Amino acid sequence: MSQTETKIPQTYPEEERVSKNRFHGLWALTNRDLKKWYQNPVVFIIGIIQPILWLALLGKAMNMNNLFSSIPGMSQAAVNLAMNHTFGTPDYFSFMAMGMVAFTTVFTTAFVGISVVFDRRLGFMNKVLSTPVNRSSIILSKVISASIRSVFQAGIVTAIAYLLGLQLGANFTAFSVFGVFAIVFLIGFGLSSMFTAITLRTTRMETPQAIFNLITLPLMFASSAYFPIAQMPDWLQAVANVNPISYTIDAVRRLMVFSDGYGPILTDFAFVGVFAILVTVICVVLSWKYLNK
Amino acid sequence: MSQVEDVIKVEGLTKVFNHSLTAVDHIDFSVKHGEIFGFLGPNGAGKTTTISMLITVLKPTAGKATVLGGDIAKQSLAVRNSIGVVPQEYTADEDLTGYENIILCADLYGIPRSVSKKRAMDLLQLVELVGFKDKRVQTYSGGMRRRLELACGLINRPKVLFLDEPTLGLDVQTRAATWNYVKMLKKEFGMTLFLTTHYLEEADALCDRIAIIDHGKIVVIGTPTDLKDSLGGDIITLSIQKDTDITELISKLEHVKEVRKENGGYIIKTASGEATAPLIIEALRKNGHVVTKLSLAKPSLNDVYLQYTGKSMRDAEESRENVFKQRMTMRRARQ
Repeated sequence: MSQTETKIPQTYPEEERVSKNRFHGLWALTNRDLKKWYQNPVVFIIGIIQPILWLALLGKAMNMNNLFSSIPGMSQAAVNLAMNHTFGTPDYFSFMAMGMVAFTTVFTTAFVGISVVFDRRLGFMNKVLSTPVNRSSIILSKVISASIRSVFQAGIVTAIAYLLGLQLGANFTAFSVFGVFAIVFLIGFGLSSMFTAITLRTTRMETPQAIFNLITLPLMFASSAYFPIAQMPDWLQAVANVNPISYTIDAVRRLMVFSDGYGPILTDFAFVGVFAILVTVICVVLSWKYLNK
Repeated sequence: MSQVEDVIKVEGLTKVFNHSLTAVDHIDFSVKHGEIFGFLGPNGAGKTTTISMLITVLKPTAGKATVLGGDIAKQSLAVRNSIGVVPQEYTADEDLTGYENIILCADLYGIPRSVSKKRAMDLLQLVELVGFKDKRVQTYSGGMRRRLELACGLINRPKVLFLDEPTLGLDVQTRAATWNYVKMLKKEFGMTLFLTTHYLEEADALCDRIAIIDHGKIVVIGTPTDLKDSLGGDIITLSIQKDTDITELISKLEHVKEVRKENGGYIIKTASGEATAPLIIEALRKNGHVVTKLSLAKPSLNDVYLQYTGKSMRDAEESRENVFKQRMTMRRARQ
């Protein structure tokens, strides 16, 4: 072909330019964020090592079973009864490991806020805003990529927990894993929308970090991640009972480590699903208002 | 879209931040088809705010602007589809390759992959980056990054290209190369270009017309030549052997506008330095004077700029965000 190939013609067919798909660019932006993650070996490997450390150090150190069985006169049967009664499984590690699935989701999604601020600071956000890409797609790409990462991390945590001695309950079937992925995707969607909404107008790096530190602690400890809600003081129970993390963890435990049936698992899914939809809608509406200053 | 005479038309465009800071204050101008239009001004004068409104990233507080006939506020999607933007910052993703970055831009415009693959290769060829297309952008030099930004800005085959400080922090060679690309886009593709800069020689070398903006207002618009001429022409400095007053003699010559005696020499303002200098020498010789020194100075755009914006330095308060962006740009340009 000749040199003129590279020339930009004066007239060109409109359909070559303008996409009819309302969400064009959504996957391209999502994939950009995902590539930054899976093509960066350091980030990727740390994402795997971190849950190993948590599980191995915290999960194994807090050996509730030994705590009870070291009491003189306690039979192993009594210990199991007490453990089953309190935690729904005779093994505290299995109880906590499933809480860790939700824990990694909080951490994974919290970084979305920082990536929004970074895109804004480096001028990438303005560049994208000057293209015909849907404003909602800009936000949804962040949310979807974080949700996909969360699901992957949940898979890693579950696999590591299994290697470290996770005791699967009688409820466990091959489909349980998909159930876990589904609820993690939902909570990931909700949490990353929440963190994105907080950082929509922020230009300072410190703000999302401070907010993240402020939110994650109550989010984790006012939930059933480490301790059953029934044993908490009333005021904390009230908080934990509206915390979507509690519902996520409940669903994950029922699918993986509990043995007494699925119970209110549909409520868990419904609660987390409504939370995800609500927060995402709020975030998208805010993005219409705040992305264009 | 039919051919629009005024590709960009701005009427009373205003941007007020936080109800208090007026960044752009009722500006009017228009950019003609196929023109390179330069927006010049000190830091914080309102250049970037104006370009941000024209590329539909900022909403105007008041006034109206159309780009290719589309209203920037009401038909922003149509405007976004038909313009290209090369931002001040290096927006290409460091972790992706040059090729992946161009394809990402194409996807943002909704260009189908069947079209964008070929177009990306054409553009990489145009900016001479084919050999580096599969290298990550973090390995690129400042000039290569600049060229990649240019390629990304051209992916949707825009009719108007907006360049915000296209050579900020670049070395002389890369700057000259960037200028050549800009000139080529105008010449070969008949593209209209709108650029902001605070490098005067850049505006002089590239632009068909220049608007100088200061404190949010346009202080003057014209071709570089017109602006320079508006300062009153060239300056001839002259010394003669004898200490006799020749003011009257020179004042009578053609083109001469003003003669001033200063430090034993003469400062002559003239409409055309080249035409006047021989006349002066001729007239002085006829009257028995011997010229010992003669120099000719043409007003530069520097003089125009200082004339209209004043000599005081600008300590405009910049937002943390902008300061950070600019620092990043400068740092990456030097890589």
